[in-house]
Amino acid sequence: MTHTTPRVSRTADEDADRRAELLLRAPAVAVLLIIAAIVIGVFITAWPTYHHNGLLWLGPGGDVDRQLDSMINAGANPGPEIFKLRAWSLIWATVLTTGFAVVLGTITAVLAAIFIVEFAPKRVESIVVPMVRLLAAVPSVIYGLVGILVLAPWINDHLISAADRKSVEYVIPLTGPGVLASTLILTMMITPIMVSLVTEALRSIPRGWREGSVALGVNRWRAMWSVSVKAARPAIVAAGVIATARALGEAIMLAMVSGGKGFAPQPWDGKIFFFEPLRPLAATIANNAESLNSAALRSSLYAFASLLLLSSFALSVGAYMAKQPMRKYGLR
Amino acid sequence: MTSVPLKPRRGSGTGGPSRVAILRRELSEWRIIDLIGYAGAWIAGTMLALIAFGLLAFLAVKGVSYLSLDLVASRPEPGIDQSQTGGILDPVIGTLLMILIGTAWALPLGVGAALWVVEYGKGRRLARAVESAIEVVAGMPSIVIAIFGLAISQMGFMGLFSITAEGGAVFGRSFLIAGTAMSLIALPLIFSATREGLLTVPNHIREASYALGKTQAATIRRVLLPSVRSNIGTGTALGMGRIAGDTAIIVILLGATLRIQPAENAPPLVDLLRGTGSTLTSYVYNNSPAGEGNAPDKAYAAGFVLLVIVLLLNFAISAVLQRRGKGQELTR
Amino acid sequence: MNPTMSEAFPPPARRIALDRAPTIVAPPTSPIRHTPIDDAVPVGRERMLVDGVTVSYGDAPAVKNVTLPIRDTEVLALIGPSGCGKTTLLRTLNRLTELTAGASYTGTISIDGENVRHLPVTHLRRRVSMVFQQPNPFPMSIFDNVAYAIREQARRAPGKAELAPKVESALRRAGLWDEVSHDLDRPALRLSGGQQQRLCIARALAVEPEVLLMDEPCSALDPKSTMVIEELIRELRKSLSVVIVTHNLQQARRVGDHVAFMYLGDLVEYAPAERLFTDPQAERTREYVAGTFG
Repeated sequence: MTHTTPRVSRTADEDADRRAELLLRAPAVAVLLIIAAIVIGVFITAWPTYHHNGLLWLGPGGDVDRQLDSMINAGANPGPEIFKLRAWSLIWATVLTTGFAVVLGTITAVLAAIFIVEFAPKRVESIVVPMVRLLAAVPSVIYGLVGILVLAPWINDHLISAADRKSVEYVIPLTGPGVLASTLILTMMITPIMVSLVTEALRSIPRGWREGSVALGVNRWRAMWSVSVKAARPAIVAAGVIATARALGEAIMLAMVSGGKGFAPQPWDGKIFFFEPLRPLAATIANNAESLNSAALRSSLYAFASLLLLSSFALSVGAYMAKQPMRKYGLR
Repeated sequence: MTSVPLKPRRGSGTGGPSRVAILRRELSEWRIIDLIGYAGAWIAGTMLALIAFGLLAFLAVKGVSYLSLDLVASRPEPGIDQSQTGGILDPVIGTLLMILIGTAWALPLGVGAALWVVEYGKGRRLARAVESAIEVVAGMPSIVIAIFGLAISQMGFMGLFSITAEGGAVFGRSFLIAGTAMSLIALPLIFSATREGLLTVPNHIREASYALGKTQAATIRRVLLPSVRSNIGTGTALGMGRIAGDTAIIVILLGATLRIQPAENAPPLVDLLRGTGSTLTSYVYNNSPAGEGNAPDKAYAAGFVLLVIVLLLNFAISAVLQRRGKGQELTR
Repeated sequence: MNPTMSEAFPPPARRIALDRAPTIVAPPTSPIRHTPIDDAVPVGRERMLVDGVTVSYGDAPAVKNVTLPIRDTEVLALIGPSGCGKTTLLRTLNRLTELTAGASYTGTISIDGENVRHLPVTHLRRRVSMVFQQPNPFPMSIFDNVAYAIREQARRAPGKAELAPKVESALRRAGLWDEVSHDLDRPALRLSGGQQQRLCIARALAVEPEVLLMDEPCSALDPKSTMVIEELIRELRKSLSVVIVTHNLQQARRVGDHVAFMYLGDLVEYAPAERLFTDPQAERTREYVAGTFG
């Protein structure tokens, strides 16, 4: 707002202000347009898959790898049946890895945060906190490297027996990368961020609440849990959302460690379930990105992308709605 | 009136139950679930510390053991057996190029948009739309950005930005394209940091500037920008860290040539921008069992260099900037 | 034996150079106390005893060698200028100083003859409850706030039916029942400041403590709420001991039965309230009561 006292060069100043405003509005509009273009572009390009499959493309039916391969190898003018896609195994893989990692990660993160804030000796705390921040900054490809060079071979050598391998040899190879490896590495990737966020939240609980609960003769764990952690629930939800978004979108690390097969792991297989290879949506996109020329494949990959975008959106909305009842009692 | 000091009472001052006995008495009253939680916190905390420490130590040891000055300074050899020959100079240059190009786009866009949103856009719909868009792109997996970028860049009119093959097909992958896509993942960090910084500047500073007769434009240039310099710096450092660590965009948009291949028949700088190459992230990816590679040692070494760069960007730069920023903090 | 009274003490005709710190009189070797026999004030039995207690944060002592009884069915008011250690002493009574790193105390504090160090700290805090300066109701409903301590201390979480009568009795004792009984599920943070403080008092009373510690409970409240709470204290006194820290001398006079005046960590004088305010024995007390320094 310009100052209202009349000045000699008033018009010139107003011009300058208007120019500045337009100059700065340009990047704001550009940002909006670019991002809108991406979102719209994704859904438009994904449309053929939705059109030809309806919502059935989310379901099971046939081998998704073979469907994708036939799309890649399609000739110049394939018929509409080329669009057939049943991506359930990919979706199931995404749900499995993300779900496990977020649940495991949230529990670990909350407990670790409680440890850091309440029980850790000062010296331990001063080492752990920076180390957690460091971990949060490590690039995903390095996690993938450790996963595929250290964890997967270890699982292969020590956890998978020859009998296990034989029992499923006609269906899938068990070589190490699979449910267990990808879930563990994914958990390791998302937990540090959650620990940082939850620790910060616990530390910013008003002193009055912390002192008040302890002064009422409640033991330290109970006081921390029933007051501080309860009060930090909005932050825990926010941390969970951030972690889920990161887990959903993780393509490269999972491409390295998940086993690369569009197979839907079966929990009723018992122990073997943990070693079955899989390939979540983002990793599938990464693996097939070379062949974007083929229209059917392009449409399918964008359909996966649209699903990821919709999930992020649903997450944000879900988090907002989860936080609403907490507001009533004064938590934000 | 005489006054007599109260006699101190003797008795239950000395001796008494041991600390262990008192502790046991207290713990016996805890609910089972409290004890589980307490143990869980300790376990989670120590496990987190051990894994963090172990991971970082492992990477450091492995990385340093295969690292040599020679390796960093020499170019990769296009030999078949990667484990024997060549260095990582090209990937290092690639990473630096990505940071440069990505930041070159993201910085003006992010700072400009943030300035507009805070200073001119209060309450306007466009401002809220921009903020939502930034949130959308912040949660967008980089793989989605990558395939969108590829689809666009392979269109005929984009031939200028990358190599065109003989048959007329636009390659669509180059340093410029990858760098531009990278800017989208640094953008939210720069935007948020600038916005936070601007929102923290108290209103009376702006009012003082207007009262002195300065236009809004001049206020932004002379008063506000300098005061949020450290915020911008922190956001930029974080953005650079994210760019350096991203693999998905590189794998899809940079064209996986080991060495830097500038485009042919083009002026000096342009040929580099239109050319292809690799970065530390794609180098690690390709040299791991997930890529073609067979050179885990190189992967560890490159991973270590990458880790150092990312950690430097995330921590050292922002720490330096914060310290410098403190000295110039406007008195509030 | 009275400490030296020979020092000439010019009457404070006007406030002289208040930025000049008052001259430090050598702390009396034994603070002045009045034996019960001399006073016509009926005195209850001792509930807690502070015996030669020195509280230090690191190396710096905040409370020096204080000996003080806390009697049943009476209000002990701790007064003194800022930094004199009264709050530290109060917080040591329920071992809340243990939350601060580096805090420790020597000497003995006992409740009903038992050394508080030998009790599990949670037990101690159930018998010695505390109300803070800033009302700090938890972000829960009124009912949950008052029931909090009972719920979280029990081995097995009691049901609402079991808790309801205890919550009601605590709220009645705190004088808040009539105002909130119609909607106990309302968020506690929506209450006014005075109501929130009474809620905190109810919360502290829910465990039926023997001693109630109050750290300047009215300093954040308006005069009307202050009056209500002072009335409350007079009522509560009939069933438990109250130790109240206050920097408001009039409040100490209105509410206190015995008053202890502390200065720079030392206990200077301990006397029945009326006696301390009408005829203080130590000069430091006289200066403080007269308002020479604050």
